Amino acid sequence: MKLDARIPSGDLAQKWDNHRFASKLVNPANRRKFTIIVVGTGLAGASASATLAEQGYNVKTFCIQDSPRRAHSIAAQGGINAAKNYQNDGDSVLRLFYDTIKGGDFRAREANVYRLAQVSGNIIDQCVAQGVPFAREYGGTLANRSFGGAQVSRTFYARGQTGQQLLLGAYGALSRQIHSGKVTMFNRREMMDLVVVDGRARGITVRNLMTGELESHAADAVVLATGGYGNVYFLSTNAMASNVTAAWRACKHGAGFANPCFVQIHPTCIPVHGDYQSKLTLMSESLRNDGRVWVPARQGDQRPPASIPEAERDYYLEQKYPSFGNLVPRDVASRNAKEQCDAGKGVGGTGLAVYLDFAEAIRRDGEATILKKYGNLFQMYEKITAANPLNEPMMIYPAVHYTMGGLWVDYDLMTTIPGLFALGECNFSDHGANRLGASALMQGLADGYFIIATSIAGYIGASSLQPVAVTAPAFDQSRKNVAERIHRLLRNSMQGPAGKVTVDEIHKQLGRLLWDNCGMARNKAGLESALEQLPAIRDQFWNDVYIPGNATDINQSLERAGRVADFLEFAEVMIRDALAREESCGCHLREESQTAENEAKRDDANYSHVSVWEYKGEGEPPVMHKEPLAFDNVTPSQRSYK
Amino acid sequence: MTMSSIDLTLQIWRQKNNDSLGHLETYPLTGINTDMSFLEMLDVLNEKLTRDGKDPVAFDHDCREGICGMCGAVVNGIAHGPERETTLCQLHMRNFRSGDTLVIEPFRSRAFPIRKDLMVDRSAFDRIIQSGGYVSVNTGGTPDANTILIPSATAELAMDAAACIGCGACVASCPNGAAMLFTSAKISQLCLLPQGQPERKQRALAMVETMDREGFGNCTNARECEAVCPKAISIRNIARLNREFLAASLFEG
Repeated sequence: MKLDARIPSGDLAQKWDNHRFASKLVNPANRRKFTIIVVGTGLAGASASATLAEQGYNVKTFCIQDSPRRAHSIAAQGGINAAKNYQNDGDSVLRLFYDTIKGGDFRAREANVYRLAQVSGNIIDQCVAQGVPFAREYGGTLANRSFGGAQVSRTFYARGQTGQQLLLGAYGALSRQIHSGKVTMFNRREMMDLVVVDGRARGITVRNLMTGELESHAADAVVLATGGYGNVYFLSTNAMASNVTAAWRACKHGAGFANPCFVQIHPTCIPVHGDYQSKLTLMSESLRNDGRVWVPARQGDQRPPASIPEAERDYYLEQKYPSFGNLVPRDVASRNAKEQCDAGKGVGGTGLAVYLDFAEAIRRDGEATILKKYGNLFQMYEKITAANPLNEPMMIYPAVHYTMGGLWVDYDLMTTIPGLFALGECNFSDHGANRLGASALMQGLADGYFIIATSIAGYIGASSLQPVAVTAPAFDQSRKNVAERIHRLLRNSMQGPAGKVTVDEIHKQLGRLLWDNCGMARNKAGLESALEQLPAIRDQFWNDVYIPGNATDINQSLERAGRVADFLEFAEVMIRDALAREESCGCHLREESQTAENEAKRDDANYSHVSVWEYKGEGEPPVMHKEPLAFDNVTPSQRSYK
Repeated sequence: MTMSSIDLTLQIWRQKNNDSLGHLETYPLTGINTDMSFLEMLDVLNEKLTRDGKDPVAFDHDCREGICGMCGAVVNGIAHGPERETTLCQLHMRNFRSGDTLVIEPFRSRAFPIRKDLMVDRSAFDRIIQSGGYVSVNTGGTPDANTILIPSATAELAMDAAACIGCGACVASCPNGAAMLFTSAKISQLCLLPQGQPERKQRALAMVETMDREGFGNCTNARECEAVCPKAISIRNIARLNREFLAASLFEG
């Protein structure tokens, strides 16, 4: 596997310009001769589809839900960053770049991140032009807030529904192109395989989830915008259908998978309360702007929070990190919550929660002000837990939220398979080992609106692509492989459920294994034991899983089974990646790598690289390749939030 | 979180596809933890049906946090169930009592064909948006965001309408099967904002025409839509749509 990031020459600030100048273009009249497949309709996929269609390409867009408007970007609450410096508080492209690189703990590529910061302002302009109703000041200008530990106010927001509003903007742009006939939209399709012809990505095999039919689609380039793989843990804040299947199938065709162990665990989620639980609910971390995190100072203190006097409370974040306090980055907040609970100071029925207390903020600003800021979040919390945060502190616990790892891409967002691109959470490119709050929306839209069109033109302009039809043997073979796999999954369905296991039972087992051993804090022994236990779970799945129904009808159990089968294979790469990275960095603590004060210790001498995994076939261990990271414009520093 | 457990009788609509007849099937379900969401209760039922060798109930769902708009069913005659301003995924079992019988049906409407069990096809909503529910700007070349000044109150009003999640509860509850609340939410958002002005008339005409063509009924002010809307979209938006449509019809030929 050859890893050439193809970073443009020139000064950091000139690279994107230089690249756009050096890239080939496709004549507007010729663009209609090319077809681009886009898989996924979240922020990255919808914005890419619309933009490519506006430029004249024929676009075929696929989504798993009943409508492109439902992709999981819709659930993002807090906001979107942009280096507009509207607040005159010292923000700049350079500062957003630096914060993102530093927040990612110096494990992302300088050039990509700088470009992200450069186009961030255009995103806001674009979204406002579309009619996205961002929050406004009384004078009519856009409002900003500081978010997730940033020391400038650069986050734009639409109440607690920023992701929804941005997605509906992109969905509107996509809908307009569907109406004009430039985008053909395929709802309720799941990508089952990538089709590679002569070493280039030339199409996909999808399953029509309504009829079970396997369909082939050919194109000149394939764009994956299929999101993250957080659901490998079973419980996460991701939507139920979020999965790794598309990315993993691409990986099996030769796409490298970068940093799969980089998973973000979000600190402000509603705690787990039962075995039946199907997902975890995140509450925007903007709550930490006014909420104070604490636990009882004494282990096992069972008193209700109101009966615990100030002196017997441990505001551990404020004490340990005086300058950032409750606003430390997500990983620090998550890890400290886990530490407190592991030390027996957790609260609630399970002992797996800490308090997030608004009492002081309410005393200071009044209920009305607090409700204006967080009313919808308080309502959501009360709906789920039947407790009102105005009267008692919230209980929060960390949950898997975002995956920084993803398909390896070069500066053009192209994977190691020519003609296959990956955008948004599906790639690894911008967030290093930890993503800052309000940066996921920024990256998805940067990739889709402002980057991919240059990449596609550059790729098509520089390649001599022969026409490919779905009658080509590679498409036949792909459909055959997919059908065989589905047949294997349904092997037990004629025999009935006696003595068998369900898909969810296996998925929960896998999730527990990863949460315990490959979560916020990892160590060699735990990871090795997880690696040992994994094959047995995989075997049990393939031998004993019972899936009712058949493959020629709507079959939601079969859909889930296909995704879990891929998670079971992918989990091995995750664990191996975590094992190989013997340093603490970004979101995870490698227990063997700590400072004297028990803080995460990064090891730049040995791990300043992207770990890229190559699939080597069934039963063969994947092989790791390294893309060294060079920092020419910033000096990697150990993060300190004290 | 006070945990307790209840026993329920579920009567669930089972239908193989749009070409077959459906019927209500009865399932007793015991030991339901009241902290569960409604969809988690259905998960528990489906695990049980799977283990019993029966076909699980098909239902749409995705984010399970009340924002994607994918889930929805009529529970005891009310779209999304008894709690106001709540999607089915955010409805918790503490709203029910042990011994209750719950009748669970799909969102019914001529314009929403049933795919299977509780799963319906709401793509007519997409086609309404495709006919004009956007501002026609291409990517790039837009002015600096702060050159468009919008009073805070206007932005808030537009946001109230923009909060629609496109779930279809409004259609399922309307005696006429109207999609007026859905359509008016998008038309309101864009006609309130300066960005929406250039296409204002054309948008109203095209979206209303598509709505009619898709087989949705008309509004007779029954207000059922507003009562079940999980995002509290007001029927004032329908009044606004009517004004927009009238003005557009009179002055746009």
